[in-house]
Amino acid sequence: MSVDVLVIAEAVAGEVPDVTYELLGKGRELSDGFSGELALVLAGEPSPQNLFGAADVLYSMSGMEAGYCAPQWEMSLGEVIRSAHPKVVLVSTGTVGIDLAGALATQFDGVLASYVIDAVMEGGSLVVTSQLYGGKLLSEVEIDSFPAVLSVVPGSFASDVGRVVGEPRREVIDVGGSLSSAKGIAIELREPDSSGVDITAAPLLVSVGRGIGSKENVELVAELAEAMKAPLSASRPVIDQGWLPKPHQVGKSGKKVKPTVYLAFGISGAPEHLEGMRSADVIIACNTDAKAPIFEVAHYGTTLDLFDLVPELTDQVGG
Amino acid sequence: MRIVVAMRQLADLVEELEVNDEGTDIDREFVKFVSNEWDEAALEEALTLKDELGATVTVVALDEPDVDQTLYAALAKGADRVVKLTGNDPDTWVRSRERAQRLASFLAGESFDLLLTGVQAADDLDGQLAGILGSLLEVPHAAVVVGVEGSDSKVRVIQEMGGGLLGVSELDLPAVLGIQAAKQTPRYAPISRIRQAMQTGEISEHEVELSDASAQVKVRRLYPPESTGAGATMLKGSPKEVAAEIIEIIKSKGLV
Repeated sequence: MSVDVLVIAEAVAGEVPDVTYELLGKGRELSDGFSGELALVLAGEPSPQNLFGAADVLYSMSGMEAGYCAPQWEMSLGEVIRSAHPKVVLVSTGTVGIDLAGALATQFDGVLASYVIDAVMEGGSLVVTSQLYGGKLLSEVEIDSFPAVLSVVPGSFASDVGRVVGEPRREVIDVGGSLSSAKGIAIELREPDSSGVDITAAPLLVSVGRGIGSKENVELVAELAEAMKAPLSASRPVIDQGWLPKPHQVGKSGKKVKPTVYLAFGISGAPEHLEGMRSADVIIACNTDAKAPIFEVAHYGTTLDLFDLVPELTDQVGG
Repeated sequence: MRIVVAMRQLADLVEELEVNDEGTDIDREFVKFVSNEWDEAALEEALTLKDELGATVTVVALDEPDVDQTLYAALAKGADRVVKLTGNDPDTWVRSRERAQRLASFLAGESFDLLLTGVQAADDLDGQLAGILGSLLEVPHAAVVVGVEGSDSKVRVIQEMGGGLLGVSELDLPAVLGIQAAKQTPRYAPISRIRQAMQTGEISEHEVELSDASAQVKVRRLYPPESTGAGATMLKGSPKEVAAEIIEIIKSKGLV
């Protein structure tokens, strides 16, 4: 039997992220649809306690340097793909996927769908649903030529099927020899900055998003946070714009939080953000766009202008 | 150091987006187009490198609605040269692969050390530009970049690896980088300076003809997500009333 689906394990620092198991679960379904095998590729050796039993084949890339270097990963994964000939490659929309999905699809003359939240077999075709425009629209795409690379939004699939215990066939691909010709080297991995604010422990978070408009305006929400004795957190645009430092960020690329109450001001609810806060007990969202995706996960909502609501809240809490 | 920044126009996400009659693209007629915010971060990083190390900065963009405004603003902010690639239909959805092919065609005639672009765009259904472009040009590339340090023959990049972990690596030049965030907030160009750029600056045009269009993913339909039905209970009333209600909810959880 041939390998039809290959899952890329994005275990850069050793730890295997949840999304790898989600991809294995979906990969199992798709490879069964093709009547082929499911494979997983991992940088380095697996731990004996975790051999990725959902897969039929486990490829270990040996000879990888510690740390992460995109050209080295691209070269190594390319060798595995050449050897395995999968029809479908599954990766997440994390850094490895954003770095390499497009490059691998180009290199192997395949098609690529990004921001994928669902994929099903229909006849011999793959029908893939993706989130576009920050989750405001969905697209349905039909893929009937292979190889295809799908870059999947974490949290889209259940992970339990992908966690079954078993012993896949092992294949070791030694990439060490060819890595010297890669046009880059890994230097180091830096652990997250743990200084400053800790937004993960607070029972109440006051959070601010792009709708605040400017760095100066952030102060308005900061005053409310102070009055409520809650940490101020933010979604990615606020951090990327440099309006607040990184430790304040809630979301996939920031911190995952689970407060009792999460107050969201001017946050539209892009997938990246929802991944970090959707399990809060009570979510209260303020956004002037009644169709903002944040209202899908919020328990309470208002379309009042935050510039009217926030000062009122600060007054009432202070008074 | 020679830096090229690839920028693009994108439907303004603040606006409500309608789907066209065919149901396969957004209705582009009445949408406001703005420059992709991550491309603005890429431009800022390029201009910061120019300030620090000395560099020439060329900004290149496809022909898309209101792109001239973005290019003149780039001149006003300090770019040395701005180029508009023509030959695409400005009113259609240009997929990432085609965008990369068009840029690669232009770059074949340019010598550059670094190409910076935004890490992603809200409509890049078929993948993010930096990786595709790097692969087409056969040069090293990295995305989700939050730090760039240049030297003569190499560039040191810092990438976000998720959960706050940072990956540091060194790439040979030339390299293509997808910028997540610049070292500082993107600089602002006052209207007066943009006007001045429009009078004294020049957008050079470069026509790109693609001989072999690559296979594209076929979009069957584009549609707004159905409400899951869960949804939020909407609070009604004046700011004063809604504020009081929110505080009640928080208090009921034993907080504040």
